[in-house]
Amino acid sequence: MANKGDLLLEMKDVKKRFGGAIALRGTNLSVRAGEIHALLGENGAGKSTMLKILAGVHEHDAGTITFGGAPFISGSPQASIDQGIAVIYQEPSLFLDLSLAENVFVGRQPKKGLAIDWKEAEAQARKLFNELGVELDPKRQARGLSIADQQVVEIAKALSMNASIILMDEPTAALSASEVERLMTVMRNLRAANKAVIFVSHRLDEVFAISDFITVMRDGATVSEKAISNTDLQTVIKEMVGRELTELFPKTDHPIGDVVLEVNDLTNPAYFRNVSFTVRKGEIVALAGLVGSGRSEIARSIFGVDSYETGSVKINNKPLKKNSPITAIAEKIALVPEDRRQQGLFMVAGVNRNISMESFDRLKGRIFLNFKKERALTNQWRENLSIKYADQSDPVDRLSGGNQQKTVLAKWLATDPDLLIVDEPTRGIDVGTKAEVHKLIDKAAGEGKAILMISSELPEVLGMADRIIVMREGRQVTELSRKEATQENVIAAATTGKKGI
Amino acid sequence: MSEKNTFKVRKSWDTAILALLFSVWVLASFTTDNFLSSINVSQIFSNSSEILIMGFAMIFLIITGEIDLSIASILALSSAMLGWSYAAGAPIWLAILIAMAVGTACGFINGFLVTKLGLGSLAVTIGALALYRGIANGILGTNTINEFPDFWTSFGFDTFGKTFIPQTLPVIILFGLFFGLLLHNTAFGRRTLAIGQSPEAARFAGINVVRHKIIVFTFTGFMSGVAGVIYTFRFSTAQADNGIGLELLVISACLLGGVSIFGGVGTMWGLVAGVLLASSVESWLTLQEINAQWRTIVTGILLLISVAAPVMVDKYKRARATLANKA
Repeated sequence: MANKGDLLLEMKDVKKRFGGAIALRGTNLSVRAGEIHALLGENGAGKSTMLKILAGVHEHDAGTITFGGAPFISGSPQASIDQGIAVIYQEPSLFLDLSLAENVFVGRQPKKGLAIDWKEAEAQARKLFNELGVELDPKRQARGLSIADQQVVEIAKALSMNASIILMDEPTAALSASEVERLMTVMRNLRAANKAVIFVSHRLDEVFAISDFITVMRDGATVSEKAISNTDLQTVIKEMVGRELTELFPKTDHPIGDVVLEVNDLTNPAYFRNVSFTVRKGEIVALAGLVGSGRSEIARSIFGVDSYETGSVKINNKPLKKNSPITAIAEKIALVPEDRRQQGLFMVAGVNRNISMESFDRLKGRIFLNFKKERALTNQWRENLSIKYADQSDPVDRLSGGNQQKTVLAKWLATDPDLLIVDEPTRGIDVGTKAEVHKLIDKAAGEGKAILMISSELPEVLGMADRIIVMREGRQVTELSRKEATQENVIAAATTGKKGI
Repeated sequence: MSEKNTFKVRKSWDTAILALLFSVWVLASFTTDNFLSSINVSQIFSNSSEILIMGFAMIFLIITGEIDLSIASILALSSAMLGWSYAAGAPIWLAILIAMAVGTACGFINGFLVTKLGLGSLAVTIGALALYRGIANGILGTNTINEFPDFWTSFGFDTFGKTFIPQTLPVIILFGLFFGLLLHNTAFGRRTLAIGQSPEAARFAGINVVRHKIIVFTFTGFMSGVAGVIYTFRFSTAQADNGIGLELLVISACLLGGVSIFGGVGTMWGLVAGVLLASSVESWLTLQEINAQWRTIVTGILLLISVAAPVMVDKYKRARATLANKA
């Protein structure tokens, strides 16, 4: 077994690209035995790619990885497990109908002769749980265990396979405060047993509470590698965002009018609590925060595809009578959803059929749809938004991501909404089209629409919004005006839940 | 990727099915003496009556991603109600209305159970298949009722004058026009397709998916009721085992006609071609004096082919694409 402080894993100048996209442009990571090592960075910095290379899901293109003094065999999950690397995912995948002992030893049950020695398996599982410092009955079924306990079972399974490094991808994201405390105890016990733990987290307060070492990544490269004693929260945040705001945003100033959307004390305990804010005519309000902070769920509840338990939504000073998209659309609310392929578009249907989806009333003669009007409508929006397609009956599946997003926008802009909610409006589309989409959103605001924008891209939030509401774990942390907001204070609020640093 | 390919396949499917229909006609007219005789063509049409009538509504159901296996039982129940209420002294127009109303109610119940209780349509309608047939049995037992007004039996059986056009044909054409326009030229039809293409996107588009499906189930029940009336007059018989197994013919006609069993794709033209193809093959085999079991086997094979072919073509294309990428 490795001694505490021995270098266990060293990644040097590791590079990885997926097609044209560069995920890692030369990253370093060194981890020692008996160390809790936090891997930090914004969404898309390359943390997950790093973990996946170690887990054997991806193979690196260039660079060297040494593990336990020998070259790391990459590109096979089984090889990773054999070398002693275990991954604990955010959503554990236990066999819910099997006992915990069976789960720990699945496929490798201790045998007595030909039969499985369940006594032995249970005893060993109990020993592992004790080492981790948790009380779990190896005989109980996995069904009904909390996510946190399921993670513990996965960790026990990893230990039973002699893992020397445990990778955890946002292990605390789905946990409650007391469960987080428990997981931290488990992590400390792993450290005491001279195992190394590498974990990705967006909760910086937790990171500082538990880690020994912090590696910060940005845009596919390692920015800093520091022991916890040599750094602090402010430094880490600076390192994470670090970039200059060079992108230009087309945001222009518009007169801001009456309140269009008023959300009051909206609560759905599973996702968000006591959320209150307003959006005015001509104003762009951004909901900022990390993925999973409840932003999309708020948008979906306003639009009525999700429900809320208490609170109210008013549109143009009128309470929404029913929590349903049909009511929302009738009250001139539009939602450009996060997942355009699943939620925003009918992928096999033509561009024209997607654009006309919300405008049947205007396309109807007395009873029948007027195809000529539909063609005209499609052409009109093709020009307005410069959507590129060969034929308007082409299935939208054939369009590029950017043109698909424009098609969704066209569908909703055609309804002339008072409130336009856009959820991650530029996700997965190229830079040129991104700027066009930003221009369209600005133009819509200029026409007096109220815009509620959700975005995980900080430059987009800072560049487009008049006001920024920062969310963390379902709660509003703070509200910043365009003038007050900086990358640092938004990230600080989103990751620590504190208003200022 | 697969969505794209499936879409392409479906477009060529329409042409393929028309070509197949044409070749069956050519082959049949060469191998038999009287395939294209006016009597036989008339037979092909009237044998298609109930399948077409139920298919007009069933196509909507399959497009939304649901299915109703109980339609033949609804037909029987509607037939039983028609015979029973007429025999009990109701005027014929009232008996017809009752039959259609019962069909409509059955469809509504199916739709309600599937959508409001969230039960799978396969499970619900298998249960309904047994239930409605059982009620029909309860009403008529082993009795048959064959006394109906001449006007109505000749409507069911006769052709116009000396032509080969069945008197029921105009009714079928009217229904076909109604449902064809409904599917292809109205907002309702667009929403039907949308629900089948992506139930989630349909919800985000503000479509009331539950209500829509209930309506479509109810249409299917109503049309099965109509089919029950036509069937009764065509054979001048109301009995509880009318139309056993017809649901399979309707579903296979839909699938043969290019309606996707996964929902979201289908045309009224395809359905009509599918029905005519199935009936023409059946008639051809009958004229060749091939017995009933073999005809059922052929129907089964056609059904399997129509389900498997698009998937196979899709897989083949993908495999080729993968090979091309590797090369």
